Amino acid sequence: MTSRIGERDAVISGIGQSEVGRRLGRTAMSLTVDACVDAVTDAGLTMGDIDGLASYPGGVMDGLTPGFGGPGTDAVQDALRLDLNWHGAGGEGPAQIGAVINAAIAVSAGLARHVLVYRTVWESTAQGSGRRQGIGGAGSGGGGGVPRVGGSLQYLLPFGAVSAANWLAMNAQRHFHTYGTTRETLGEIALNNRRNAGLNPKAIFRDPMTMDDYLGARMITTPLCLFDCDVPVDGSTAFVVSHREHASDVPGIAVGINAVGTALHGRPSWDQRPDMEGSPLAAAADAMWGRTELTCADVDTAQLYDGFSIITLMAIEALGFCAVGEAKDYLADGRRISLEGELPLNTAGGQLSAGRLHGFGLLHEACVQLRGQAGERQVQGEPEVAVVANGGGPIAGTMLVTRGAA
Amino acid sequence: MEDILPARVLPKLDPQNRRFWTSGEDGRLRIERCTRCGTWIHPPTGTCFACHSSSVEPTAVSGRGTVYSFTINHQPWFGDIGPYCVVLVDLEEGSDAEPLRITSNLVGTAPDDVRIGMGVEVFFIECDDVWLPQFREVR
Ligand SMILES: [Zn+2]
Repeated sequence: MTSRIGERDAVISGIGQSEVGRRLGRTAMSLTVDACVDAVTDAGLTMGDIDGLASYPGGVMDGLTPGFGGPGTDAVQDALRLDLNWHGAGGEGPAQIGAVINAAIAVSAGLARHVLVYRTVWESTAQGSGRRQGIGGAGSGGGGGVPRVGGSLQYLLPFGAVSAANWLAMNAQRHFHTYGTTRETLGEIALNNRRNAGLNPKAIFRDPMTMDDYLGARMITTPLCLFDCDVPVDGSTAFVVSHREHASDVPGIAVGINAVGTALHGRPSWDQRPDMEGSPLAAAADAMWGRTELTCADVDTAQLYDGFSIITLMAIEALGFCAVGEAKDYLADGRRISLEGELPLNTAGGQLSAGRLHGFGLLHEACVQLRGQAGERQVQGEPEVAVVANGGGPIAGTMLVTRGAA
Repeated sequence: MEDILPARVLPKLDPQNRRFWTSGEDGRLRIERCTRCGTWIHPPTGTCFACHSSSVEPTAVSGRGTVYSFTINHQPWFGDIGPYCVVLVDLEEGSDAEPLRITSNLVGTAPDDVRIGMGVEVFFIECDDVWLPQFREVR
């Protein structure tokens, strides 16, 4: 094992979240401030204690699709009048959770003591009442000529592959082809998340769903149907990442950061990875397990990115809960991943049913579960270890968190 | 199914990508290749990942390959377009370990008949200053 596990110097001392909903009609900044105030208060701190600020993706990626980016760290620093010793944001790195990992690194390096980290989405309001949009102006229609794109997206968008739904559908198609995975396998993830959402008052879709409902849903891009895709929402999630010396001052229960996975092997691409049945999360997961004495058997709940159901399936395999290609058996009848099962999965309903809080909602739920505050959906037996994964297209990151400092 | 997908987004041409996107003018698909070690490089970067040479040159390929994966898109992202097929094509010049793969469309095959592994060949459609590679089944 690596000799120094620097992320263990950090704890998640506070968690916060704004209201979450569809077309709230509020500004991204007002949602962000609500989440940040909630997190700082939860940590028993004031804004004057905050000396670090981090986010994903920052202000620069807001043009990708409307409402994708939240306010930049400069705007939030100004809105909260923070004095910072360390700050940073970006859309590159080990997925959304990379911002939280950066905060832990800054704390471990002694650059800051209390880092505020936030992720804000307002895709529901920004995309209006129309249907979900493609990327890069695709589908915007109207005058002004055909939109032009550069970078890696130029090799996807001109062919009508304008959404991560299209790109990940081709991972799913490979998985189906190579391992005999079926739509029912993905359906178990959608059904599980919907069951859990029924116990989460903040979730968007709470009505029960059956396998027939799932199989009968309209196709988005084969083999992914409507219920394989997450639901855009407005909302902001925030954390305070503090030095572990502060853990005993936290009014509630501090959440320890036991290990993080930041590795990325192979090509960082939606379409160029040689084996698209596998996930870029595999290298990050291996790296994370190499930084801890804990194993899959110790994990009491998993909060795995579900922008699309196939990502969650590949994450279960990449993390080693079953071997690559075995998800069909592992997920059969959904019992293992249910609230009563051996690996309660996406217990707040995930992005599929609770809303697309873009990775941060999953870490938030991991903390809520470890702190025993999940109400009706609380995993029984005082969960002590949770694994969180974010990303899963070209990039991914993962984190193992514990009840109390590591 | 849509036969030819009307272009709603096009690449922004620059010195690094221009020769890939305009290669189809004479009906040939060209992929960047290292003149020193022969490695194929896609998307084009202007450098060879194997030997780090900058001596690379768009080089004609056969235009034949196999479907590595595909999806039939039904979501009306563009409002007025019917289902269409997005394919990942592994060109025959690549290998399993280092596939030479491009994303494109498969045209002229019914959705239910598209299969992983089917043989396909390239053709081009002209859109403004760009020749978009498209594929059809080899029968
Ligand atoms: Zn070379």
